Amino acid sequence: MREKLIEKGLLLVALSALGSLLLIALFIFVEGVPLIVKVGIKNFVASTHWAPTKGSFGILPMIIGSVQVTLLALVLGGGLGIAVTMFLAEFAPRWSVAILKPMIELLAGIPSVVYGFIGVMVLVPWIRRSFGGPGFSILAAGIVLGIMILPTVIAISLDALRAVPLSYKEGSLALGATRWQTLYRVMLRAAKSGVIASLILAMGRAIGETMAVIMVAGNALLISASPLAPVRTLTSNIALEMGYAAGDHQKALFATGIVLFVIVALLNTIAILTMRERK
Amino acid sequence: MVEKIVARDLKVMVYKKPILQNINLTVMAQEILAIIGPAHSGKTTFLRSINRLLENQLGFIRSGELLLDNRDVKQWDVDLLRRRVGMIFATPIPLPGTIFDNVAYGPRLKGIRNMHSLAEIVEKSLRAAFLWDEVKDRLFSSALRLSGGQQQRLCIARTLAVEPEVVMMDEPCSGLDPISTAQIEQALRELKANYTFILVTNNVKQAARVSDRTAFFLNGELVEIGPTAQIFTAPKDKRTDDYVSGRIG
Amino acid sequence: MTCRALIIQRLVWFGLALLTFLTLLVLFFIIGYISAKGAPVITPEFLFSLPVRMGKEGGILPTIIVTLYIALLAIVVATPFGVGTAVYLTEYSRESALTRIIRFGADALAGVPSIIFGLFGFILFVIRLKMGWSILAGGLTLAMMVLPTIIRTSEEAIRAIPYQFREVSYSLGGTKSQTVWRVVLPNALPGILTGVILSLGRSVAETAAVIFTAGSTLRLPRTILDPGRTMAVHFYILAREGLSMERAYGTAFLLIIVILLINAFSYLLMFRLTRRLK
Repeated sequence: MREKLIEKGLLLVALSALGSLLLIALFIFVEGVPLIVKVGIKNFVASTHWAPTKGSFGILPMIIGSVQVTLLALVLGGGLGIAVTMFLAEFAPRWSVAILKPMIELLAGIPSVVYGFIGVMVLVPWIRRSFGGPGFSILAAGIVLGIMILPTVIAISLDALRAVPLSYKEGSLALGATRWQTLYRVMLRAAKSGVIASLILAMGRAIGETMAVIMVAGNALLISASPLAPVRTLTSNIALEMGYAAGDHQKALFATGIVLFVIVALLNTIAILTMRERK
Repeated sequence: MVEKIVARDLKVMVYKKPILQNINLTVMAQEILAIIGPAHSGKTTFLRSINRLLENQLGFIRSGELLLDNRDVKQWDVDLLRRRVGMIFATPIPLPGTIFDNVAYGPRLKGIRNMHSLAEIVEKSLRAAFLWDEVKDRLFSSALRLSGGQQQRLCIARTLAVEPEVVMMDEPCSGLDPISTAQIEQALRELKANYTFILVTNNVKQAARVSDRTAFFLNGELVEIGPTAQIFTAPKDKRTDDYVSGRIG
Repeated sequence: MTCRALIIQRLVWFGLALLTFLTLLVLFFIIGYISAKGAPVITPEFLFSLPVRMGKEGGILPTIIVTLYIALLAIVVATPFGVGTAVYLTEYSRESALTRIIRFGADALAGVPSIIFGLFGFILFVIRLKMGWSILAGGLTLAMMVLPTIIRTSEEAIRAIPYQFREVSYSLGGTKSQTVWRVVLPNALPGILTGVILSLGRSVAETAAVIFTAGSTLRLPRTILDPGRTMAVHFYILAREGLSMERAYGTAFLLIIVILLINAFSYLLMFRLTRRLK
């Protein structure tokens, strides 16, 4: 009898994570959807005019900004991450991996504000000196975010590579291929879905990152193709204006949150499905 | 003599594969019943049906009757059943912790918390398992430091601490040295007066040494059961004869 | 193997090693830079006195206290739920649609951006539940953020316990809840603690979710219903407003030290854990 109660109780507890997720979605949507309805979804998502005090709520510049910063981060961080993963999986001496992995995980523990700060103090001036422009730019944000997503890419890709059956590797080596050829032609191909999943998850992290991006991206409300241009991302928009927004303005920020939530949820679902598919 | 455990037409299937077929067998109180037979004869499954550990495995179906003290095991409260029928596994499994904690585990489950009572029970059980003298000075050291034979006797003490009426042993001496084996067999003989033992063993000679009656299982069937002396000298079934004389196995 | 292939492999080896080295360089640079500029600032006065003139002068004591409260609150709330979920998933259920949904919830929650947590915490705890900006609101929000981590690590730790231990308990008449409480959880404790400690580290580092729920006042809090500024938020404000670069570095240094210690401690635990099970 008591056992049954405990079991039911634990079931309720187990639903807490799901419940939290639903609550979050609920409250964000409840605050934001009325505004999207009021302003019209085209005017919200496709308009470049963001003047909240005057009633204009176009978030297109922020969407584009987020995309630009994230893509750059993915190229830089993803590329570097995969390179490091390959090194750790195949070429690094066994004993060093036990030291290197924790160090890389340490990168994940550093607060995002510290990354942003170092970006401001070191990276931004360097960009300004070397390439011109204000320094606060897509490039700066892309580099900082790229470093921040490294641990995610490395951890998941490494798992994926390690999960490749040993027989693949041994078969290739037995045929006379070098370790690199084996890695490149056989193992990466086999681990492809895991690596892609890691990139997609990293993309989700990058799009969701706020503090570091605020500090180095410039936060200008413009659209530009130049990597040296300052931009504002969806997350920066929310964080910057939430402090003093009220009424419709505040609701617009929640609506921005909805867009962000949906994008990240989609990315994560795709990533999870990609990872499941290989099993 | 009292009938302690009765199996009537007991059948067990796991994922539709038959493991035990038509087992008809009675275990008498205060006897040592040995169950012998080659691997995969269903001996372990039979034990696990009695204390219902089988229910934790997926896909099993049990039919027929299996009675403890004239009540089907399914109708017993499962925790009470398992205290009435204790089990010793083939590999000694001491729980991480001290020797004292291991033996006191069962009583603590029942709600006994008084250190004095627990200490009494621990000493009584360790004495019954012939382990007291060897560990009485280090009751509070880790149980994992004991040797294999000592660990198995610890498991016996642990089981005795909950005061069962039946003790089932699933190849308890496999992997133990001859001295430990002898000690455990000696314990069986001394404890027989107060308990009923079911001893599953791969070691035919052990069955001959220790048990009162012996049952021979083959491929999920009970081939023959009878007084140990008779099974070993004049078995009624040819298969039994082949097994005990080592022609098959 | 051709000569050419071997040469390519050598080159690749060097290239990858270089990139890995570069990555580590970044890590060391960050830690070194902050340490060099921040360590000198750490004096007992800095740690134990109150800030003066919005942080331009004085110390950071309130932020240390607020950080401690919020992080502790977060793990005190999240751990029972996280461990309970892990116990349910491993001991009380078989893989089914329900367990898949539960796991999906945990995975999805793990992916939610921190700013969204901030928005959510703001609208639910601060506004609707009328907690106002408070350590309580911040702690509860952070609890939801770290819940998936605790679920994941606890589940791993519990699954690592050999099934035989459970069987021994059952065969002695133990019920499922007794078995979990007396055998499984005590032996899974190091693994569970690792997850808890990692969550502690995350709570300390978090900014976006905290700034909108716990506020940014520099006053010493008296209860958890008071607002407060964590070290991470303080660092952000100092840096952004340019109030005191010196103190910003000092705060950042303290943050990194705390996180380094937390990480090191969790590794120690993991090491002890793997040794124990061998």
